[in-house]
Amino acid sequence: MTAFGKLIRTTAFRLTLVYLFLFALFAASLLGYFAWNTRRMITEQIADTVNSELSELNEQYTRGGLRGLVTAVEGRALRPGANLYLVTTPQGQGVAGNVASLAPGVMDRPGWAETFYKRLEENDATTRNHFALVKVAQLSGGFRILVGRDLEERRRLFGIVARAAQWSVLIVIVLGLGGGVFVARRVLRRIDAITGTTQRIMAGDLSERLPVGRSGDELDRLAENLNMMLERIEALMVGLKEVSDNIAHDLRTPLTRLRNRAEEALAQSGSETEYRAALERTIDESDGLIRTFNALLMIARAESGQARDNMTDFDAADVAQGIQELYEPLAEDKGLTLAVAAESAKIHGNRELVSQALANLVENAIKYGQPVATPLEMAADGPVNAAKPPDILIEARREGSDVLLSVTDHGPGIPEPDRQRAVERFVRLEASRTQPGSGLGLSLASAVATLHGGDLRLADSQPGLRVTLVIPSRGVE
Amino acid sequence: MVLESPATQSQTESHMRLLIVEDDRESADYLVKAFREVGHVADLASDGEEGLALAESGEYDVLVIDRMLPKRDGLSIIGTLRAKGNHTPALILSAPGQVDDRIKGLRAGGDDYLPKPYSFAELLARVEVLSRRHGGPSEETTYRVGDLELDRLSHQVKRGSTEITLQPREFRLLEYLMKHAGQVVTRTMLLENVWDYHFDPQTNVIDVHISRLRSKIDKGQERPLLHTIRGAGYMIRDGIR
Repeated sequence: MTAFGKLIRTTAFRLTLVYLFLFALFAASLLGYFAWNTRRMITEQIADTVNSELSELNEQYTRGGLRGLVTAVEGRALRPGANLYLVTTPQGQGVAGNVASLAPGVMDRPGWAETFYKRLEENDATTRNHFALVKVAQLSGGFRILVGRDLEERRRLFGIVARAAQWSVLIVIVLGLGGGVFVARRVLRRIDAITGTTQRIMAGDLSERLPVGRSGDELDRLAENLNMMLERIEALMVGLKEVSDNIAHDLRTPLTRLRNRAEEALAQSGSETEYRAALERTIDESDGLIRTFNALLMIARAESGQARDNMTDFDAADVAQGIQELYEPLAEDKGLTLAVAAESAKIHGNRELVSQALANLVENAIKYGQPVATPLEMAADGPVNAAKPPDILIEARREGSDVLLSVTDHGPGIPEPDRQRAVERFVRLEASRTQPGSGLGLSLASAVATLHGGDLRLADSQPGLRVTLVIPSRGVE
Repeated sequence: MVLESPATQSQTESHMRLLIVEDDRESADYLVKAFREVGHVADLASDGEEGLALAESGEYDVLVIDRMLPKRDGLSIIGTLRAKGNHTPALILSAPGQVDDRIKGLRAGGDDYLPKPYSFAELLARVEVLSRRHGGPSEETTYRVGDLELDRLSHQVKRGSTEITLQPREFRLLEYLMKHAGQVVTRTMLLENVWDYHFDPQTNVIDVHISRLRSKIDKGQERPLLHTIRGAGYMIRDGIR
């Protein structure tokens, strides 16, 4: 597209054209109205003058007869800038006046007429005809009288107005087009700057920002908003990159293991049983990968807020009891007791995700938890008969407008400085490297809390760890 | 890369006719081959229109339909079939990252839902449970496997003449296993159907429940009934048969 083509395609230019048309139309109609009214006024004025002269002359005739009339007409005809006068006999012969010629037949019809004429003093062939508005009246005795006034004035005025109209329309067009081109070019230049920057951004340089002017006009505001959007996109991209780096790192290890195992099985000539065993281990390994993968998707889903579609009202106590019931045998297998203390607390949220978050916390507690020391050992100064508290406790309760779902264990806990990091994806604190798991449990719980407008709190329960899922009971709409 | 699932060992006596609607050539071929390997017959359609046409004309036991398909998406195929009164059980496969697919899929008339990536053992187990040919004793009031008997109305369980006391959840677990006696049920299927959770526990929590149940029904018995199928899940069946 040529530069000009681009220019005339801009919105600014097109708007200019529309306004140009409207203004030209406005100017033309204004002048037209003015011209028409002026013309009417002049005509009325002439008619008034003619009428009054005619009645005066008529009076002269009545009073002084033909002679009086002729005297009066001759007198008036000699004045400078005189009107037109003509008195004729019943046979059509001129008796007095200053008119040399008229359009034929004008004298035959009494009343108003517009006609060309020549005056007596300019009665030669070279002078052109003038126009006049005349009135013919019948006098007693068959005589007729004509009084008229030249229309030159009216014609000139009309000409002035017409020229004014032409000029003003021309000026409107020239100024409008010029202004349009100016504005369009200005806008185009800035849009081009924005387009250029966005193209560089699309090419991969996310750190670029759009130029923002000082005028604070709509383009500046647009650029500012786009810049804020870019800021957000860049932050998201950085986050995404971090995540994918982590995924790459944490998935690469099991994938490499998987590959090595398969290679190893191929390399050695084993029995069918050995092959089978190798294949089964391979399947177990890939199942683990699929689990990690699903957990990641689950987190992504919770974080993106998409799971909000599926919110219902449910009781946190039911969730706590359900999870306790599901995990109690597993805890018992590990020699731990798992108890639940739940009071009814309604939540509006995604039941599935809250259950899973709590399940993750309980799985962690079972993984890292240790049995509570017996009361006898705890009390140094003598035997105590207190019942042994549960090794892991799931609690559901209300606190103010929040619903708290917490899991308390008696494991080693997480040292204060590490707690924030523990929630991040794939972070497995040094102490836990030897334990199986994807390192995604706490991140999912945290993402679920965020989804519900709450948060995940890690606290020391001396000894052990208390992880609390805080969910505002009003929840997210 | 054919996975020979031990799950199939009990299934060889009854073939299923399956329709697989999947546009990814490689996974489609793998599925067809894997299903044939375990004795089922599988037809393949690679787009939505073809899938719908085949599903309407053919007599299939189960439809395995990918959610995202060219020409017509998976949910629309199922919706159209259901509207025309075709109630062939359908399992929906879905690409990852889709929001609440399971609910949408089931609402559209699907009977089960499996997100990718899945293991073939899981798919096979679910398809076999879905199949009408195996729908046998679902509505009966008493389930029997060998000398194990479960009364769904009185909630009584007996092994031979000995009465077994089960916790409510253990009862539901056994009920589900016996409803699908002779079929492999996976851990995920148990978690979904007995506990109504649709997530994936990172630990062997189901195994512990199974081993508790096993100790109640199989302990001290000559013929164990509750079997672990490696790489797949569990199955209850009369061991001799």
